[in-house]
This record gives sequence, C-alpha cells and structure tokens, in this order.
Amino acid sequence: MRSTDLIRFARDAATGNPLRASLLVLAMAIGVAAVVVLTALGDGARRYVMSEFSSLGSNLVIVLPGRSQTGGFSPGNAITNTTRDLTIDDAQALQRASAVSHVAPLAVGTSEISAGGKLREVMVAGTTSQYFQLRHMAMAQGRFLAPGDWRRGASEAVIGSKVRDEIFGSSPALGQLVRIGDRRFRIVGILAASGQGLSMNTDELVFVPVSLAQAMFNSNTLFRILIEAHSREAIEAAKTQVADIIKLRHEGEQDVTVITQDAILATFDRLLGALTLGVAGIAAISLAVAGILVMNVMLVSVTQRTSEIGLLKALGATGGAIRLVFLTEASMLSLAGALVGFGLGQIGAAVIRQLYPTFPAYPPDWAVLAGLATALVTGILFGVLPARRAAQLDPVQALSKR
Amino acid sequence: MTSVQIELAGIERVFHLGDSEVHALRNLNLSIAAGEYVAVMGPSGSGKSTLLNLLGLLDSPNIGLYRLEGRDVTTLSSDEQARVRSQRIGFVFQSFHLVPRLTAAENIALPMVLAGLSPAQRAVRVKQALKDYGLENRADHRPDELSGGQRQRVAIARATIMQPAVILADEPTGNLDRATGEEVIRLLEGLNAQGVTLIMVTHDSALGARARRQLLMEDGAIKQDIRHGTRQDTNPTPCAVPT
Repeated sequence: MRSTDLIRFARDAATGNPLRASLLVLAMAIGVAAVVVLTALGDGARRYVMSEFSSLGSNLVIVLPGRSQTGGFSPGNAITNTTRDLTIDDAQALQRASAVSHVAPLAVGTSEISAGGKLREVMVAGTTSQYFQLRHMAMAQGRFLAPGDWRRGASEAVIGSKVRDEIFGSSPALGQLVRIGDRRFRIVGILAASGQGLSMNTDELVFVPVSLAQAMFNSNTLFRILIEAHSREAIEAAKTQVADIIKLRHEGEQDVTVITQDAILATFDRLLGALTLGVAGIAAISLAVAGILVMNVMLVSVTQRTSEIGLLKALGATGGAIRLVFLTEASMLSLAGALVGFGLGQIGAAVIRQLYPTFPAYPPDWAVLAGLATALVTGILFGVLPARRAAQLDPVQALSKR
Repeated sequence: MTSVQIELAGIERVFHLGDSEVHALRNLNLSIAAGEYVAVMGPSGSGKSTLLNLLGLLDSPNIGLYRLEGRDVTTLSSDEQARVRSQRIGFVFQSFHLVPRLTAAENIALPMVLAGLSPAQRAVRVKQALKDYGLENRADHRPDELSGGQRQRVAIARATIMQPAVILADEPTGNLDRATGEEVIRLLEGLNAQGVTLIMVTHDSALGARARRQLLMEDGAIKQDIRHGTRQDTNPTPCAVPT
C-alpha cells in the first residue's frame, strides 16, 4: 500500500465515524491542553517571582548580622562566638569598596504615626538617600531623604502611598508635620504606589533617616546593609570586598552573612521549576488516560469493522498492511487531538494572561514539545494492541460477521 | 482447458466446537482445470463454504495438499498467501461486502490500492470497469445509494479489477431478486467465457444447472461430480454483454 493511500484510507476511516473520532480527539486535546495550561501557570509563577525579585534592585548584595554558615577555622571564632552588631560605621566603611556603587543601611522597627487626630501603626525604615537608587523606587510627590551625614539626619520623613491615604485622605500631605513615635517629622516626599508585590510593601512604609530611626528604637544596630555592585560581573568581587572589610572591622571575625540576590533567585528558580515539572507530571497523567481511551476506542473500532477487515484480507491485504492502517488511524487521531489541545492550551494561557495581565502565563517550550510528543507516543503505543488484534483476525470469521 | 489449475488432494478440515470435533471436509480430492465453470451445491453444513474459503486461501486445511497453478500454497506464509489472493483470486460475496464509506469507484479500486498500484494506473482500470459494468453514472455513489444489483456489479468489478485467474462466488444471487440475479449470473458467465475459472457456491439448483460442472457435496465430501460435456460443445458462450 502506498503511503498516500494509507493516509487517505486511515483518514476516511477516522472521519467515517465522526462521533468516535471527535471523542478521541477531544480526550487527547484535553490532555495536551492541560499540560500546556498547567505548565503555563507553573512557569508563569516562576517568571512572576523572578521579575518581582529583580524589581527589588539588580546586582544586589545584602549583609546580614550573624553568621549562618560554618566557615573555616579562625582564631577569632575560637575565642568568642558573640556576634558583633552591624553599625552605621560598618555601612559607611563599605562605601570604600571598589566594586560597590551604592550602600544603604537599613534599620527597621514598628512605631505609630499620628497626624490630625489619626493614629496608625506603621513599619518605620531608617535608611539613607542612596536607598532610593538602590531599590529603583519612584516618587509620587516631593523627594526622598536628603543626602548628608548618616549620623545626623534631619527630621524629615517619606511615606508610602497607603499611609498617606489613610492619614491624610484627600488633603495635601506634603510639608505636613506628623508624629512618629515620640518625635516630630516633616513629610518631604510620598512614594509612588508600588502595587502588590512579594517584597516588603513600600506603600505601608515610612522612611526616616537611619540615625533618627536608631534613636527612636533605642539601638545602634542595623537590620541589613544593602549594597549595589557596579555591574553583574562585579557582584562576586563586591561580595568578597564587603566580607573582607567587615572582617577587618570586626577584629578578624567573619560574623556577618553576605548573600547575593542571585543566590536567592536561584533557589526560587529551582523551587518553582520543580513545581512546574510536578504540575506537568500531573497533567501527563491525563494524557495517559487519553491514551487508554485511544486504545478502547480503537478496539471498539476493530470490532465494528470486523467484516471490513475480513474483506481487506480477502482482497489481498497482508496482516502488516492492516496493522499499519489501524496504527495510522490511531496516530492521526492522536496528532489531531494534540494539535487541537495545543491550540486550546494556548488560548487558555492567553485568557489567563488577559485576566491577570501581571502574570506571565506562557507555557515553556519544553512542556509544549513534551506534551505533543507524549500525546503522539501514547496514541501510537495504545494503538498497537488494537492494530495487532485487527491484523490477527481470522478472515473467514471476520467475513461471516455482519 | 486441459491444464490443471486447482488441485486438492486428501484435504481434511476439522473445526473444534467446544469438546466436539466437526469434520467440515473429509478426504477431499478435486482438480479443476483453468477456465472451468463449477457450481458447488449441497445442503447447508455440507462444507461448501469451507471448501470455497479453502480455495480462496482464507482458510487452510488441517491435512492435505492444495496446489494452485502448480504451486503448493498451503505451506506459504500468510503474507505470501495474501499476495496470491491479491493477484490470482477474486471474491464475490452474497452480502456484497462493500466498504460503506467508500464510493463505488473507490470500492472497485480497493484491491489495487492494497496492491500498491499507482493512482494513474488505477484510474484507467476503474474507468474501464465502470464502463464495462454500466456503472458510469454511479461512480461517486456510496453503496447505500445503490440498488442490490448495482452493488453486486460493483463487487464483481472489484473482484475482477486485478485480473485474477479464479473467481470464487459465494451465493452471488442470494440477496437479489430473480431478474437482477439473472443479470449478475450472466456477468459472471461472461467473465468465465473470457477464460476466468468460475467457482460458485449456490443453493439454487436451477442456477447450478447452468454450470458445465456441478459438485454435489454432503457431509464434507463430494458425492457427485457431474460434467455437461455436450453443453460445452454446442453452446460455448452462454453469456451476454454486460448491461
């Protein structure tokens, strides 16, 4: 049998029973569409988290007080284990590092903000002017904290958009005096609304100079030191330089942890990548189910077309030719189902993107290819048994069946 | 017509139905020359159909030898048997056995499709066959749009399209009224007149009587082998031009 004839014959046989064919195509399509949509969701979540993290600022190096990993032996470690605090002086010293472009100390605590008889609990972040560049923030009104001596800050505050809405409502906030804790601050700037994010939501934050925040919370330690490296390539250099400087200042003891954003990103990437894979696996089960359906439908088809098979044998078709006819039919139906499912899945992903514009629900290429391939392979694999059965039919009995 | 085309020797065919054994054919010996017109008759269960299936290589004997054109075909592999069916044997069935989703032309072309003939070659032969069997206006009709006589004509066209040496007909008129049955028989006899061996199973003794050779079967054996030598001499072509 010529291959064009084979394809034509299988196509006619498939379309000869539209209900059967469309059911099979539907089952396959649902399986493939599930793979496409679910992996689009999983991979979308991964991309979403990634982009949220990069919006924190690129080339970020973070210094945390305390050591979380066990390092090599050092004399300092042997004598004492007490952790030294991170101080503003430490942060200032880090500006000397060549690979570093911006440094911002961060002291965090909760306090109360009150103005015009309204009182609200807020998170207060004490930092310096460079924080603004470092975190790629945007102002709605006014300016960020003024640069100047880190140890002596003016009594000025920058508030998030939500704090502004809740304390001042529609009345102007810029230039107003507010009480934060037991101090009075003048509002010099209002941050642009950043929307919901995974990071600390700046909408509900109040920024004050770091020295004033430390005074307010009665401590001289820092929560973090945020550092931006000159470039992506400089991150590693910045990391070592920062570690060296801190070590020098802390009497030779490595009592801080320096992490890079890349490390955090990589962890999340791995985590969410695994999630996507798991979801794809679950969707693949539906493909296996579709494969079993292919087998079932093809077996029914063989039974229904027993007399036709007998006829084909009488007309000189070999068992191999009949096997090929049924396999071709099964794989054509699977292919059609896979393509329809691919289309449906892409439409589904597009609908999700339409509904949640911030969510990048694009199915990854590997998942689409794997889905299509799995559909084809299961279709053909589960088509083998019915095709074999058809080929092995006894022509005399097959012909006598009406 | 002296060359022996079909030769059966000591054929036994046993079916197992549960625990009991049914001897469909017992120790059957038969030789048929090329171009013969043979009617196989007998009561139901006498082994007529089994004999026909055996001759058509759809079934194989438990014991015995079947030579087709001098070649032992019982020992051939199933693929080789399929080739023999494709090239040398044409089947005509009582219930026509047309593929319902294919048109008349496509049904006629089916054996050529299975044999892998080129589309151009097929088109020429199908056109000729449609003309020969008066089906030109029916080429694109599906079987359910054809009358019984037309269906059987399509089936005969299909059986002859590969130009076989033997045509095996199993009650070819069983599902037809007398007039169309007569027409179909004349077609088959016309083919026989062109030199094709015609072996026909029938219940109808009137129909059987038209054959030059009649095999009367009973209990899986040939009881009588009647030849009408005279008829062959006086009236060599009892055929008509296909309508």
